[in-house]
Amino acid sequence: MDFDIEELHEDIRQGVRRVCADFPDPYWRECDSAHRFPWEFHDAMAAGGWIGIATPTEYGGGGQGITEASIMLEEVAASGAAMNGCSAIHLSIFGMEPVRRHAGPDLCREVLPRVAAGELHVAFGVTEPDAGTDTTSITTRAVRRGDEYVVDGAKVWTTKAEQAELVLLLVRTTPKEECERPTDGMTLLLADLRAPGVDIRPIPKAGRNAVSSCEVRYDGLRVPVSRRVGEEGEGFRFLLDGLNPERILIASEALGIGRVALSRAVDYARERVVFGRPIGQNQGLAFPLADSHARLRAAELVIREASWRYDHGLDCGEQANTAKYLAADAAFDAADRAMQTHGGFGYATEYDIERYWREVRVMRLAPVSQEMILNYLGEKVLGLPRSY
Amino acid sequence: MKVAVCVKQIPDPALPGELDPTDNTLKRDGKLILDESDSYGVELALQLVEAAGGGSVTLVSMAPNNEVSGLRTALAMGADDAVLISDDALSGTDALGTAKVLAAAIGRVEPDLVLAGVESSDGYTGTVPEQIAAVMGLPSVGFAKKIEIGDDGLHIERQTELGYDDVVCPMPAVVSVTAGVVEPRYPSFKGIMAAKKKPVDQVTIADLGISADQVGWAGARQEIVSVTEAEAREAGEVIEDDGEGYQRIVAFLEELKVI
Repeated sequence: MDFDIEELHEDIRQGVRRVCADFPDPYWRECDSAHRFPWEFHDAMAAGGWIGIATPTEYGGGGQGITEASIMLEEVAASGAAMNGCSAIHLSIFGMEPVRRHAGPDLCREVLPRVAAGELHVAFGVTEPDAGTDTTSITTRAVRRGDEYVVDGAKVWTTKAEQAELVLLLVRTTPKEECERPTDGMTLLLADLRAPGVDIRPIPKAGRNAVSSCEVRYDGLRVPVSRRVGEEGEGFRFLLDGLNPERILIASEALGIGRVALSRAVDYARERVVFGRPIGQNQGLAFPLADSHARLRAAELVIREASWRYDHGLDCGEQANTAKYLAADAAFDAADRAMQTHGGFGYATEYDIERYWREVRVMRLAPVSQEMILNYLGEKVLGLPRSY
Repeated sequence: MKVAVCVKQIPDPALPGELDPTDNTLKRDGKLILDESDSYGVELALQLVEAAGGGSVTLVSMAPNNEVSGLRTALAMGADDAVLISDDALSGTDALGTAKVLAAAIGRVEPDLVLAGVESSDGYTGTVPEQIAAVMGLPSVGFAKKIEIGDDGLHIERQTELGYDDVVCPMPAVVSVTAGVVEPRYPSFKGIMAAKKKPVDQVTIADLGISADQVGWAGARQEIVSVTEAEAREAGEVIEDDGEGYQRIVAFLEELKVI
């Protein structure tokens, strides 16, 4: 066991804090209320080479792992940028993991350097209106015609579809009923979102409004076979390479939001005087904050274990899911307690707590619900019978 | 174009500083960071080298315990290499002693220009750049807010109380840079990674041909006899507003002749 802080990780924290210092809470408040993509922040992160932190150096990236990317995103979130800041850049990291690992060298060379530089925006298209958690029931079809696939179907919750040039799309190339296993017959395509045959509509939602998530309809979209990621029919297996990093990164972002909410709550509890003493002197307020600190620290340790395993090529399903489960709950509780600590002001936009609270709530739903994580742990880790 | 930049590594000003009770000097045994007032010199040096179409920026720093954390920050900004003078004998060195040591290190670099901050954020003597110039026999310009390289030497806008002086100065020269005159770039991720591999030449005073009696407490011409806490600021006047409070505020501002 070695818990020494690595110098590089501390440098990453300092470097990211420096960039984020130029984008304080009022910036994010304004982007959120205007539903405006945070281009200035995105471009500053791109210019600093941060977006490509986990892209291999041969494709112009920083050559680091998911550990370093997760530390970066934790700091972005903890700066007060929260999910609005992280969602502007994180798809370029976990969304490209299946491409990096399974696409051919030509496709990697075409795509990854531009993604790393922040020039090419990508989205992740998996969830469908009638197939959320039940991924193998997706019905978006791709039929091969010569050198092309023709795609028909619909996806929901495609984040950044409005800004993205490409989407990593999970499609059925063989109907489920014709497959030996339900996870067979799915394929990953890197499809052009700006082509004719794509209709994008943002979904009005409770928070993280600077970055939209969309319904996307595909009506006869043509995708060259050269844009297929890996072999046909193996898409689900390849997709999993993006899902564990996604869980680890989302867990880190939750941790960051939990940290900023907690620190604001602590500052307020020390300064706000009611009945002649700071409210933080009341154990009714102090204990929940101390409890949140302990829970966030526990989540952080599991995040570190999960990212270490992923970067070392080890199975990390248990750790990545546990990290997301613990971090999402700990961070939401921290934000909720921060709001309680602030009293009525916590509900006012100018204190930013309500923004953190709205944004961190989604992490109990996405990228996978807390309940599905418990299903996974119950079945895959504990060996209990499958319940669904 | 070869620029040497003097940078000081100081205890983090965000943390409470502590004095050593035995000699009344600031404790410097923890991690040190780049003095923000030196980041302007680093930025100007990088801009001058870029404008000249090539060259190098060498950092020169004197710090205890072979401390390089602050140097790494400036290297991550884009400086090419660094010379670090670290020696137990340097403890207690005064401003003139520091200038002699830095001058000896700078002499090895043979730069076209030496930049430094006007003053450090922890010591504030504000005399080291001029002393380096005197020791090296170079011209010195203080309080620069803009530097350009012309055919006839350096063109410097030198901050004054009322505006600025245009100064033309032959090279090489020692120029101190006023804090805040440029926006120092912040390190990119690649800069941070590259900084880890950039050369830091660690030297002792013996390497510079300086004897121990010229520096440290032995060579110091100053002694910190005592330290007194700064007087606490007096509380301001609180004006209770009974509806006419603005009149008293206006009268107060008129008295100060600000309105």
